[in-house]
Amino acid sequence: MTGQELLDSLGKAFGSKVQDPTEFRGEMTCVIAASDLREIAKFCRDELSLDYLIDITSIDNFGEEPRFEIVYHLYSMAYAAHVRLRLKVPEEAGAVDTVSDIWPTADWHEREIYDMMGLKFNGHPDLRRILMWDGYPFFPLRKDFPLEGLPSEMPDVAFTKVTPLEGGPFVTVPSTATSKDREPRARPPEL
Amino acid sequence: MPETRATAYDSKIEGNVIFTRFDAALNWVRKNSLWPMPMGLACCAIELMAAAASRFDIARFGAEVMRFSPRQCDVMIVAGTVTYKMALAVKRIYEQMPEPKWVIAMGACASTGGMYRSYAVLQGIDQLLPVDVYISGCPPRPEALLAGLMKLQEKISWERSFRNQKPELAEKLEEALS
Repeated sequence: MTGQELLDSLGKAFGSKVQDPTEFRGEMTCVIAASDLREIAKFCRDELSLDYLIDITSIDNFGEEPRFEIVYHLYSMAYAAHVRLRLKVPEEAGAVDTVSDIWPTADWHEREIYDMMGLKFNGHPDLRRILMWDGYPFFPLRKDFPLEGLPSEMPDVAFTKVTPLEGGPFVTVPSTATSKDREPRARPPEL
Repeated sequence: MPETRATAYDSKIEGNVIFTRFDAALNWVRKNSLWPMPMGLACCAIELMAAAASRFDIARFGAEVMRFSPRQCDVMIVAGTVTYKMALAVKRIYEQMPEPKWVIAMGACASTGGMYRSYAVLQGIDQLLPVDVYISGCPPRPEALLAGLMKLQEKISWERSFRNQKPELAEKLEEALS
């Protein structure tokens, strides 16, 4: 089966639960509801042989409603075809069901999304932070988190300070000026 | 001033005696046997390994004994990006090293945070540890690390080691000599 056929059989099996099936440059995408996720994920794995979960990503559409979006990138080893599932998560819900029992690799992907975006996964076996430390109070990939970070303190574990971002993040101005002027880096005196 | 006493010439030992300052002898011993704590945190650690391997051979400077226990180390080479998650662990390892101890900040990240101006990266290990030598580069070549090591050796050779380590004894001696 090709990706298009996989998407068609998904639409046939679930009807209106699979919305907005689109094909763009050979990539198949459809939108599903968060409540149907586990049902559709099981079907994808068992019936459509989409046995490889490549990645789970999350998007913060800050200022829109619903705010968050989670994207599941699926791949079929048997058919060498990709299918992408998208689902919207409103901020007040803040959680979706886990798929870590369907694709075990989702375990760490979901932990990363929890760490970076603050979305929770119902039924996840071990939902801890994976990159930042337990107790870090912010979710850094949210759009309302400043790029330079926020100060935090957890005695004997870790701390963070605001990073100086003079002239913008990682800015090198192309010119013949000295490196001090080309890449401004002011350090607050208290550091 | 104490009086200089003439001693009889002893042909048996004369050839084997040198006169020097105590500090100079102590520093000479120290600087030629700097055991590094390889704090390899990112790609700089690869260059650190290259500096230790046969082509560049850090053993020529007496610093080939990389110890993975801080209790046996003299100089911590912070090679790589220090994240906030790792920062206090680095500090703790530094505190476990016995005195006297030195720190080399190897590369842009360890010196200033480098290109990682981010919420997750400590902007220079000098915010936590007293750094003796900074090495530029991203990552620095092994030669640059060797040059940094030689700079550190030069710094050590001018340290007032005896006074720093035994201040009360140094004062007593000076009193007795004056």
